[in-house]
Amino acid sequence: MSTLARKKGVGAVIWDYLTTVDHKKIAILYLIAGGFFFLLGGLEAMIIRIQLAVPNNDFISAGFYNEVLTMHGTTMIFLAAMPLVFAMMNAVVPIQIGARDVAFPFLNALGFWLFFFGGVFLNLSWFLGGAPDAGWTSYASLSLASPTHGIDFYVLGLQISGFGTLIGGINFLVTIINMRAPGMTYMRMPMFTWATFVTSALILFAFPPLTVGLIFMMMDRLFGGNFFDPALGGNTIIWEHLFWIFGHPEVYILVLPAFGIFSEIFATFSRKRLFGYSSMVFATVLIGFLGFMVWAHHMFTVGMGPIANAIFAVATMAIAVPTGIKIFNWLFTMWGGSIRFTTPMIYAVAFIPSFVIGGVTGVMNATAAADYQYHDSYFVVAHFHYVIVGGVVFALLAGAHYWWPKMFGKMLDEKLGKVTFWLFFIGFHLTFFIQHFLGLMGMPRRVFTFLPGQGFETGNMISTVGAFFMAAGTVVLLANVVITTVKGKRVGNDPWEDGRTLEWAVSSPAPEYNFAQTPLVRGLDAYWIEKMEGKKGLTPAEPLGDIHMPNPSILPFVISLGLFVAAFGFLFHQDYAWGTPVGVVGLLITLGAMFFRSIIDDHGFHIHKEEVMEAEKKGAGA
Amino acid sequence: MANHTHVQNPKVDVQYRRKKNAEEMKHQIVSFTLMIFLTLIAFFAVGYEGFSAWFSVPFILLLAVVQVIFQLYYFMHMSHKGHELPALFLYGGALVAFVTIWAFLTIVWI
Ligand code: HEM
Ligand SMILES: [Cu+2]
Repeated sequence: MSTLARKKGVGAVIWDYLTTVDHKKIAILYLIAGGFFFLLGGLEAMIIRIQLAVPNNDFISAGFYNEVLTMHGTTMIFLAAMPLVFAMMNAVVPIQIGARDVAFPFLNALGFWLFFFGGVFLNLSWFLGGAPDAGWTSYASLSLASPTHGIDFYVLGLQISGFGTLIGGINFLVTIINMRAPGMTYMRMPMFTWATFVTSALILFAFPPLTVGLIFMMMDRLFGGNFFDPALGGNTIIWEHLFWIFGHPEVYILVLPAFGIFSEIFATFSRKRLFGYSSMVFATVLIGFLGFMVWAHHMFTVGMGPIANAIFAVATMAIAVPTGIKIFNWLFTMWGGSIRFTTPMIYAVAFIPSFVIGGVTGVMNATAAADYQYHDSYFVVAHFHYVIVGGVVFALLAGAHYWWPKMFGKMLDEKLGKVTFWLFFIGFHLTFFIQHFLGLMGMPRRVFTFLPGQGFETGNMISTVGAFFMAAGTVVLLANVVITTVKGKRVGNDPWEDGRTLEWAVSSPAPEYNFAQTPLVRGLDAYWIEKMEGKKGLTPAEPLGDIHMPNPSILPFVISLGLFVAAFGFLFHQDYAWGTPVGVVGLLITLGAMFFRSIIDDHGFHIHKEEVMEAEKKGAGA
Repeated sequence: MANHTHVQNPKVDVQYRRKKNAEEMKHQIVSFTLMIFLTLIAFFAVGYEGFSAWFSVPFILLLAVVQVIFQLYYFMHMSHKGHELPALFLYGGALVAFVTIWAFLTIVWI
């Protein structure tokens, strides 16, 4: 199997992707699936905004609004933002550290398919009696009372996709620890790799509490447990704690990779090395650590008492310090650089003021006494969209433009890219800036309509108009993708011409084996160093030889499919006689596939030296 | 990775390795004996009428911690070189879990 794409039939391509264990193809799978869910979540956002455009609107009913709202939040966080982050990590990190592959290619594929089937399962709730309707936080006092199966879909779907995320995180931890090329010390790792490393550690520690919470919830809803029902001796607040012990680190799981992406972009397009690299690393690690100490700031109004509130308030505010360090480092990276305003770079520049606004309102929310006023109002909605859209979504859009040539071998059109940016940027601030004031004026969050004559009309109308701008930006982006795919020209290794890190030293897209010869890393910004010394390629650390690769496998798909089937069975086991048997069959499929994985002796295959040499000659030539 | 594989030199001082292994074996046997001993004490602490639960429960927990340390360091070779990162993650996780539980016990109380 050589890397050079032979013409393949559609069936063969699909089979290739179903069985792939190549991190670059898994990145594309994450991008497609995450992108699809992003559009779905965006559609739900548009429905919400249309409903809220005018007072007393009856575009959708109150009950349906709750479902759309819940699915919007859940989809955006778990099925759009997370997988898109994983898409970037898979596409870039192994190449950035000079590795041929991730540490566990099989697990990598398994992680994707678990996420995918979990997401599909969650969304099938729309067609099977109603979606979850207790908010993305699914507080137990609400969700235990929800009459449809929606919450059960939420619990089982997130459980499955959560396993996938956990597996993905572990894979990246081990990859970064063990697979770095010779000379790639920790303090020479690109910032995005560092961000991925810390993020993966957060995943490792943050997802287990969610898993526990979901299992408790599953017991309560489906198997007669009573962890959360006070009438039966349970405690409904436990869910809130478990959820937020996971939930707060989760927001850093999303935003640290965003910081990493922007760090790469700032350095590249300022044509300078990142200012204060070691303080950036320190800040990233510190944010990751502090992220675990602040979960209760989501629960100031629960009644934990003044001491707990005060301590969690101070702990939260402390996170502003390392975050501030980062902001200044980015500014100083640009200072005195020769800046190029490419599409990724304008996202990066726009990110700074947008994210700072979100950070400032974050410190406001952290002021426990004041939070009694902000809590559950549109002020909070404005705050978290400023950090999530202004931080994470901007970063994902910037990263997509930045690494698109590396993933697909063609540059997205810069003009259309800038159109997308301006539509999205203007729309974003129109939509969410005004919501700060709506919130301060008393408009509650998660309510399906508002009454006329309370001063909310203009603000909501502006907000809806802004949402249409963002939708238009997204449409332009899709058009850009199609046009580029059809008409774009192939590009070489380093299409931005200022690439600093190893991924720009290999052809676009990278060959299956990434590096014909493992490179020797001689400092931070390894490729830049070589370029500055007038060299074309990297310094190799080994002679050219046969390259060992893992075999593709359908088993990750089958393992995940089994859990998907099992979830259906157990979800309906109280309603239909077929429930339990189907559940058991699903588990057997999963366990059977795992059994085969254990007994089949799979040694992978070799790409022979001659094939590598030929591919290198034909490809752009690394 | 090439830079991580141990170079197996057949001429590496066999005697040294043998001595090292013997020493390791001794540690394992000693800690194994200790672990059995600690387990017996744990059973005794629960069975003995004279101790109240307020003593025996923390006491058993303490013994458990000691056993975990024996297990990790003598049987799973965490004392060897090259285990710094697993140790970092282990202690990092333990610290995060400890702080969380500590917060519950001191200020939150659910
Ligand atoms: C891009 C355009 C977007 C628009 C127009 C939009 C709009 C909205 C609106 C109107 C709400 C309802 C607020 C309420 O009534 O409480 C909401 C909630 C929410 N949104 Fe967005 N949103 C967008 C993007 C995103 C993204 C990208 C994410 C995350 C990655 C996200 C995460 C959430 C979450 C977590 C909630 C809370 C849901 C809940 O209360 O359970 N949103 N959004
Ligand atoms: Cu938080």
